[in-house]
Amino acid sequence: MSETATTLSTEHRASRVDTRILLTRHGAWIALVLLILVNLAITPNFATWQTLNVNLTQVCTIVIVGVGMTLVIATGGIDLSVGALMAIAGALAPLIFLGKLFPLPHPAIGIALAFVIPVLATGALGWFNGWLVTHLRIQPIISTLVLFIAGRGIAQVFTNGNLQVFNLPSFQFIGLGRVFGIPFQAILMITIVGIAAWMLRRTVFGRQILAIGGNERAARLAGVPVASVKQRVYLISGLLSGVAGLIVIARNSAADANLVGLGMELDAIAAVAVGGTLLTGGRATVVGTLVGALIIQLVRYTLLANGVPDAAALVAKAAIIVLAVWLQRQSHR
Amino acid sequence: MDTISLKLFQGIGRYGVLLALLALILFGWLRYDNFLGAFNVLSVLRYNSMFALVALGMCFVIITGGIDLSVGSTAALSSVAAALLSPYGVLPGLLGGLAAGLAVGACNALIITRLNILPFITTLATMLAASGCALLLAENQSVSVSYESGFTELGQGDFLGFPIPAWIALAAYLLGSLVLNLTSFGRTVLAIGGNEDAARLMGLPANKVKALVYLASGGLSGLAGVILAAQFGAGQPIEGVGWELFAIAAVVVGGTLLTGGVGSVGSTLAGVLLLGLIFNILNFENGLGWISLSAYWQSVIRGAFLLLVVAIQARLSMRTEEAA
Repeated sequence: MSETATTLSTEHRASRVDTRILLTRHGAWIALVLLILVNLAITPNFATWQTLNVNLTQVCTIVIVGVGMTLVIATGGIDLSVGALMAIAGALAPLIFLGKLFPLPHPAIGIALAFVIPVLATGALGWFNGWLVTHLRIQPIISTLVLFIAGRGIAQVFTNGNLQVFNLPSFQFIGLGRVFGIPFQAILMITIVGIAAWMLRRTVFGRQILAIGGNERAARLAGVPVASVKQRVYLISGLLSGVAGLIVIARNSAADANLVGLGMELDAIAAVAVGGTLLTGGRATVVGTLVGALIIQLVRYTLLANGVPDAAALVAKAAIIVLAVWLQRQSHR
Repeated sequence: MDTISLKLFQGIGRYGVLLALLALILFGWLRYDNFLGAFNVLSVLRYNSMFALVALGMCFVIITGGIDLSVGSTAALSSVAAALLSPYGVLPGLLGGLAAGLAVGACNALIITRLNILPFITTLATMLAASGCALLLAENQSVSVSYESGFTELGQGDFLGFPIPAWIALAAYLLGSLVLNLTSFGRTVLAIGGNEDAARLMGLPANKVKALVYLASGGLSGLAGVILAAQFGAGQPIEGVGWELFAIAAVVVGGTLLTGGVGSVGSTLAGVLLLGLIFNILNFENGLGWISLSAYWQSVIRGAFLLLVVAIQARLSMRTEEAA
């Protein structure tokens, strides 16, 4: 009923709606461009390679986790466990390449395993989240709350809560390496965003994700394998959280199970919301999540670079989230 | 399935948390010497009363089908406000903390009912904002409370041999239970959670009641913050991290469905005590000296426990659906 009402009113007010659609559809992009222009005007030394790198590395892990979160939210779910999974991956990797878990035949094998095993482990835990959601039919927020609570504890038990310090350039390439002067993690981020955006738009799997989020019962009746699609979405979120966890510890040259990924679930959800993905599912944009994360980061950077305390930047972040979601609601009326 | 076993299943769903709580207490009583000693019982009650207050607000919010992620940082903000006002006496500290909590609750209520933004995202934003305000007010450090004014009695004192925070929580739960079960407000809360559109069409003041529920959740978090400051002698701007999810877990363990429309205040209290006792028992177990489990196991066990409870609930509700 509301659908017809919208189309009728849009016909009546075509010219006004054009600017409105422009603002709401591309609001995130416009905000990003405005932010960059403002910064060029007021922030000293903004147009430098270093500023770009600082901001890119700050958003990398948020975006990588945010891509998985976007897919989960697109099905109408949510994943609160991402930060805890990052901590698990971050705790496992040093245990492996430092040879504390099992003896290593060769250091290179240790490093290869330190990439593979943690990501597979978090993938398996993501799979477990999906299993709870699809087979036990527990709501996503509760299903993933289990690992949110237990996951960080598992990572702390692994390491006994100790800080693991290391210096291993070949492993740390994922967080510190550069290709043609661009941080490797930024390249990784762009690649992941590109693949996910393509997948969501062009593949059957992507259409199925959106169909489930739009109307799960209709999707099931139309023959979409709902359980299997959801299961894979949580698996992807788990895998990406693992990758993000590795990046964080590589960047810090240390793994602290108490801190890796702390609060990440909220940062990722905020980026998804600001980017224009509908939180009730059915409409999603992976590139939007990248833009959303960049906006949140740039606002913080702008405020910090101009002498505003970090705590006040938190309040600004809250305002942006509410404003962005409110603007999106306007476009749906 | 016959009606008797159906009733049995529903009964387990309803009283399961109480049975589990009794089982845990029995286990502790048989295994540890001073488990039911006055000192242990009173300190468990004193410490968990903060969480109980936060969970009570969360229980009402969840029954309406919403969620409040801001409770933890609201409590942190209130603890700072209370600590800053504590030199002026007990009452200013108490009211200041309460007012800070109500202010955050009012923001939530306005954004959710007027701007029509989902509770999840609204309270995520106010959680950040409250945390930012707490840090600004406290200038990024903890604020010690005044010991001369008697403010700390609110957290550390006793009345009739029973901790004052536990009295506060008890009073709040009695009031909450009366409101939910015996007033038209309570029935409207349940109706909104069952089917908000239907409640609106029946002419129930859905927006007003929703607004009041978020306001109450803010106020209760504010009280929890006051107790936090009084109990530990400082306003703590970075405390309260993860409280919201602990509270949600307690409410869910208590059998309140996250889909709204169903819920019980008493079971929520049992859920809080259950999760709190796990920590207590872990301490006793370490005290026996046979095994040594670090504090990190606490969250693992809590998570496993939550999993167990929701898995059983999911099974039961599936059975009930099949039978119906």
